[in-house]
Amino acid sequence: MSGSLLTQDPRTKARNAAERRFRGYGLTAIVVALLALVWLLISIFSAGLPAFRQTFLTFPVTLDEKVLDKSGTRDIAVMSKVTTVAFAKLLSQSIEAEITARGIDLGGASAKDVTKLVSEESAATLRRMVLADPALVGTTIEFTALATGRIDGYYKGRVTMESAALDKNTSPEQLVLADKLKEAGILGTRLNSGFLTMPDASDKRPEAAGLGIAVVGSFLMMVVVLVLSLPIGVAASVYLEEFAPKNWLTDLIEVNIANLAAVPSIVYGILGLAIFINFAGLPQSAPIVGGLVLTLMTLPRIIIPTRAALKAVPPSIRDAALGVGASKLQTVLHHVLPLAMPGILTGMIIGLAQALGETAPLLLIGMVAFVRDFPGGLFDPAAALPVQVYNWTQRGDPGFVERASGAIIVLLLFLIVMNTVAIILRRKFERRW
Amino acid sequence: MSIGLLLLIILGLGLAGWLVGRQRAVASVAGDIRKLHSLPGYYGHTVFLMTTVPAFLLMIAWTLAQPVVIESRIADMIATSDIPEGSSRGLVMADVRRIADGLDAVVARGEGDATLAAVGVEGADIRARLAEAGVAVGGEVKPSVLAAALEYRALSGTALTALAAVALILALAGLGWSISRIQGEYRARNATEAFVMWLLIGCSLIAVLTTVGIIASLVFETAHFFRLYPAADFFFSATWNPKFGGGSSLGIWPLVWGTLYVSAISLVVAVPVGLMSAIYLAEYASKRTRSWVKPAIEILAGIPTIVYGLFALITVGPLLRDWFAQPLGLGSSSSSVMTAGLVMGIMVIPFVSSLSDDIINAVPQSLRDGSLGLGATSSETVRQVVLPAALPGIVGAVLLAASRAIGETMIVVMGAGAAAKLSLNPFEAMTTVTVKIVSQLTGDTEFASPETLVAFALGLTLFTLTLGLNILALYIVRKYREQYE
Repeated sequence: MSGSLLTQDPRTKARNAAERRFRGYGLTAIVVALLALVWLLISIFSAGLPAFRQTFLTFPVTLDEKVLDKSGTRDIAVMSKVTTVAFAKLLSQSIEAEITARGIDLGGASAKDVTKLVSEESAATLRRMVLADPALVGTTIEFTALATGRIDGYYKGRVTMESAALDKNTSPEQLVLADKLKEAGILGTRLNSGFLTMPDASDKRPEAAGLGIAVVGSFLMMVVVLVLSLPIGVAASVYLEEFAPKNWLTDLIEVNIANLAAVPSIVYGILGLAIFINFAGLPQSAPIVGGLVLTLMTLPRIIIPTRAALKAVPPSIRDAALGVGASKLQTVLHHVLPLAMPGILTGMIIGLAQALGETAPLLLIGMVAFVRDFPGGLFDPAAALPVQVYNWTQRGDPGFVERASGAIIVLLLFLIVMNTVAIILRRKFERRW
Repeated sequence: MSIGLLLLIILGLGLAGWLVGRQRAVASVAGDIRKLHSLPGYYGHTVFLMTTVPAFLLMIAWTLAQPVVIESRIADMIATSDIPEGSSRGLVMADVRRIADGLDAVVARGEGDATLAAVGVEGADIRARLAEAGVAVGGEVKPSVLAAALEYRALSGTALTALAAVALILALAGLGWSISRIQGEYRARNATEAFVMWLLIGCSLIAVLTTVGIIASLVFETAHFFRLYPAADFFFSATWNPKFGGGSSLGIWPLVWGTLYVSAISLVVAVPVGLMSAIYLAEYASKRTRSWVKPAIEILAGIPTIVYGLFALITVGPLLRDWFAQPLGLGSSSSSVMTAGLVMGIMVIPFVSSLSDDIINAVPQSLRDGSLGLGATSSETVRQVVLPAALPGIVGAVLLAASRAIGETMIVVMGAGAAAKLSLNPFEAMTTVTVKIVSQLTGDTEFASPETLVAFALGLTLFTLTLGLNILALYIVRKYREQYE
């Protein structure tokens, strides 16, 4: 084969083409992985962002003394006999009155359509408001009520005229009426702060469902995890890294930690159910049990980075401390540990972030239960953020998909904050020896 | 006395002990601390530790053991005739606990102990009373059950008082003893350090205790399950059909098949993508590209699995159904093996890529230089030199990823479906071991029926499987690493 060095022979061409293809595969793989990430985030965010806005109706409500307090004594005990049904009636009368007063044409919407503009939850809200402040009875107040999930969905594009025609919870006439109310300024969509503060709501009221209890429950669990796993994790790491002699016991511990880090999280749920709930009789759905289970799960994942941080402290520090007469424990506590602290804290925060997003073990210890009351302590029933997401995806009303995605956004924000803090800690305090 | 108050009192005793211990040591040398063996603080530390730690440990052990002891003492109080047909003593025991809690609620409403005594005599209106206090009790409350509940409540109260007394005595004894030891020559630092060392060892042992707890609870309840349900049927039957009236068939094979099918699909997605991106990052990418692409891919590992589950449920599932399953006539379910497998594949990519990346980087540069020097192109070097050298490590990485996929729960719970089937169609809904653990154990759980207990047998299977894969993977990785060091 005769040829110039400047022209490639077919074999070289083929080999170079193979080289380019191989590079192409690599690039494609990276692009696929990154696109998957972007696709995931876009899908969750586009589904979840509407949860942070909510449709409200604002109209005057006359709190009729004859209905709410027949005795006229403003005695809470007597007044609390009036149920939410009476308040719901009051609300629907008020909105009808307001529609008539503004001269808005009902356009074929039935009385039921008008009543069903307002969420059933609002009657309960109004009742709580009146019981908290009995002086309101007899006055007319400007009340802001939640619109029902269907009306809310209409303004978020979830409900259309076509779907409304098939839906027995709403009707096209109701949606037309809602549009008119919007023009009149009675109905409006604005920021929904209740999503972060309200408790969960029942199956038919997605508009009233909030993350309040889940956020509190998750926070309580994280406190338990932090309080238990930071000291225990650091103590175990210090022993294994600085003091442990090489014998069968320390070998056993090391093997255990390595394997526990890889045990599926659901197995920890089984452990929690069998030991903490069944054997020790701790209450179901309580943050203390969730916290204990997550602590056991997080410990090995904290010990591994903590040991790495301790190992990164150079031996010269230890030698110097021992040389001036410090005991071994003093060396570790006064010199090695403070120097390793940024690394330990970084590992701790990342471990906490993992624990915060963990769902499966919490399902088994009863965190899926429906909880309406804010927990007063570690032993009261509570929800957790990721479990609340799962809970909402199991509900029938399509409004809950939006809520679940919104809850994920909140969860991801917490995780981003925690991880950013960890990265900043590492960048700012990490020392290279 | 509440537990919280008890904790505070003991902590207070400890702090007081710290001051007294330090004071006593300083006084014993008339203020000349040079004559002390240790720094004055250490005398305080040893008193503090001896006062608080044993008392705290006792409290933990006591709280864990108390329900067991009390239940064994009142179990005989329930008349055998009061245990309903098809129920068990354990179920009635749960009622007892619930009623006892309810009685607490009744008392908390301010009705006082006097009413409680009256309730003991005429048990008739107890349900109404409990309902008023917001505690629902199913069915009629039998007299012997009510008596047991009252006894349970009384014993719990006594136990709490006893705990407080014993813990305080222990704390005071520790306080007195450690103070009595303090004189000038007492080696307080050595004593403190020895004590702390035992605490450190104790903390390390928690890892071992956790493993023991996992294995014990799994094995114990699995043995319980096999007493109620024949092991041969569990391991060799191909139908899974739990019925809560009895007569279920609980064969594990449909679940194992679903698990392996989903995991296989996820590996088919993750291994090529993960491995190729690792190769690109290690061999081709510039330092700058590497510094942002690698963390970006690792974000995938930091996202909670519930997020992937929701992604499968609202995006991937409907997409696959509308574009593949229905046009191809393969099914009309949005939850399917394919959905769960694809999403899980995305989740597993970073596990494959970062481990492979480490392993490829550990291949000595001299091997590459040799190959390139002989005229091989980069891709030929990778395929014929680097990959064969890194192969054992990559196999280890894939096994670790497989174990992660098998143990994954939320993605399959939300994406794979709940029907136990032995089918080859990837667009059909199937179920996995983890899904069934969740569904059998969620909600009201009483550990008496095989339908609930089977979850423990499933858990043990899962645990053994993932542990085996992990040990194998770690063994392979370790063996490979030794070659080049």
